[in-house]
Amino acid sequence: MKLFNFVFDATKEVLKGTPLYYCWMAFLLVVMIFAANSYGYQLEHGLLVTNMRDQVSWGLYIANFTFMVGVAAAAVLLVIPAYIYDFKAIKEIVILGELMAFTAIIMCLAFITVDLGRPDRFWHILPGLGILNLPFSMLSWDFIVLNGYLVLNMLIPFYLLYKGYLGKEPNKKWIMPFIILSIPWAISIHTVTAFLYNPLPARPFWNTAILAPRFLASAFCSGPAIIVLVFQIIRRFSNIKIQNAALFKLAEMMAYAMFFNLFLLVAELFKEYYSATVHLAPMQYLMQGLHGYNALVPWIWTAITLNVSAFVIFILLRNIRNLKLLNIGCVMIIIGVWIEKGMGLIVPGFIPDTLGEIYEYLPSSTEVMVSLGIVALGAFIYTTLAKVAIAIDTGRLRRQ
Amino acid sequence: MKEESDIDLSRRKLVKTLLAGGAATLLPLSQAYGAAGTIDWAAFFQKRFQELTPQEVGRLIKRLEEKYKIKYGRDIKVKTTPSLDNVEFAYALNLSKCIGCRRCVYSCAQENNLSRKPHQIHYIRVLRFQSGPIDFEKAEHYYDPREVPEPGYFYVPVQCQHCRKAPCVKVCPIKATWTERDGTVVVDYDWCIGCRYCMAACPYKGRNFNWAEPRLPPEEINTNTHYLGNRPRMKNVVEKCTFCVHRSREGRYPTCVEACPVGARKFGNLLDINSEVRQIIETKRVFRLKEDLNTDSRFFYFFHS
Repeated sequence: MKLFNFVFDATKEVLKGTPLYYCWMAFLLVVMIFAANSYGYQLEHGLLVTNMRDQVSWGLYIANFTFMVGVAAAAVLLVIPAYIYDFKAIKEIVILGELMAFTAIIMCLAFITVDLGRPDRFWHILPGLGILNLPFSMLSWDFIVLNGYLVLNMLIPFYLLYKGYLGKEPNKKWIMPFIILSIPWAISIHTVTAFLYNPLPARPFWNTAILAPRFLASAFCSGPAIIVLVFQIIRRFSNIKIQNAALFKLAEMMAYAMFFNLFLLVAELFKEYYSATVHLAPMQYLMQGLHGYNALVPWIWTAITLNVSAFVIFILLRNIRNLKLLNIGCVMIIIGVWIEKGMGLIVPGFIPDTLGEIYEYLPSSTEVMVSLGIVALGAFIYTTLAKVAIAIDTGRLRRQ
Repeated sequence: MKEESDIDLSRRKLVKTLLAGGAATLLPLSQAYGAAGTIDWAAFFQKRFQELTPQEVGRLIKRLEEKYKIKYGRDIKVKTTPSLDNVEFAYALNLSKCIGCRRCVYSCAQENNLSRKPHQIHYIRVLRFQSGPIDFEKAEHYYDPREVPEPGYFYVPVQCQHCRKAPCVKVCPIKATWTERDGTVVVDYDWCIGCRYCMAACPYKGRNFNWAEPRLPPEEINTNTHYLGNRPRMKNVVEKCTFCVHRSREGRYPTCVEACPVGARKFGNLLDINSEVRQIIETKRVFRLKEDLNTDSRFFYFFHS
């Protein structure tokens, strides 16, 4: 009964809002409808409507998937200071971070689903119904850890919010083990995602041991960058208090993470260029173009420029606590890391292909539209979740 | 009062528009899967081929043959011949002889019911190299001369190498691809979810994806097929060379062996000490592609004029 009340009141909370809220949700719905149309088109005509081919068999969808796993994993940067170090400014907002992780995982699963040729056979990978190739396939493992993380990030905020709704103190003894578990689990999702690419000797560009550390370092920049921006938007449109101290704490961690990210990139570049074996080709294609093909060169240099500039900004932020500067840095990081991990990592893994052929890939309009739809889906889900969470947090939503 | 009803009205309008948009979305979705009433539930719930009992295999084959009859108007025989005992197939290709004519490529396409133009699929890819070392980065994939062989060039055909340690089999998340007892790597097209991880893992480009519905003119269909081999495929799944599983298990050569006008292609049982491939491996200097990746492939290359 209590649970029913909770769901009922939460639904009511989601359904009412300011005109601006309705406009925002309607806008997201419209984007999703356009995207669903594009996806329907893709289902009807096959993946031929994407620009992926046998040479470059993964593209924008898998790139976005990889980026979003990083965003999901980055919630750990809120969880650790909040629960382990009891950092008050972050503890107040940790639930919003966990909900962000939950949303990011939903988006990951959506990106995987639209990339599948046969989504109608999705049940083949469900434990119990289908067959998982364990322990061999990293994709089977990834599916397990992602869904585990999804459950954790559903359970923890739901429990805390439910208790808040009832006006009761959460039972620490019961929920703490799950919170502690979510920390290594966050690391695991991004590690296993790196392990998807990194153990394939057929793709020398990915076949490097620092791929997992690189993934984590870049995730710990881009994830918090999104959180910092979203939290400021939330702060503006609701009466929840989010202290600047929390935002600048995140900025500090992002500075360290970006340092490691750039360091690992330099390490990778040095090794490839100094040894200059045949395995240099994909790196050359990415950084300077190969045999006259250079579609990705402007992308990667944009990313490097943005990431380096953002790093400088984040160092400056230690002394100049300026929100505007912080936001500029965050935008730079989001774009920079998205390129570096997406178009700059997934695509060059396939160019030149295993028999030396060069097929230049840029996403098709269908791929772009479907991807935008998934972003809108994520924004939609997060807005509803955050709205309920804020209502409970500020004491507006309580059991009558 | 008036203001409120205005808002109400516009809200209702918005909802209406959105619902209409939603219907427009569902339409192609339902078209892609067939209207609700025509969904083939037997196909939807079909289990992985290796898990099927003999009775279930019988029912499955009957269903498939009926489906193909409706779709193509031809009587297509779908065999399930199991792999032979004491057989491990291997291939040997004489690079001194290959003239780059691509007869193997096209006979393979014909024999294996591969999708034709414009969504053309080929299991065999013949690479042209300028005289010198085999450097894949300098390979020409789409050479198109008036006549072959061309002076100053040599040719290296590449297809699935049927590795003993096949990276594609290792990475498949749902065991939709596996190595048969006779060493051929096969795919259950009805189980594959189309994630293409195997394609990322294969170092030889040994796998192809049906990016669209395969183009297979009914009059050109080879009706002698095998479930794990050349039966007609569907869109958005992975397929590959099976050493012509429908022929090799009946003691016949893969079609590429027979199509080669210069006798560059040799195929046989590695476990038979007198077989031609075994003799070649024991008496000639042979090599395999990308030996450093330790795929331990069953596809050998050699030079012998």
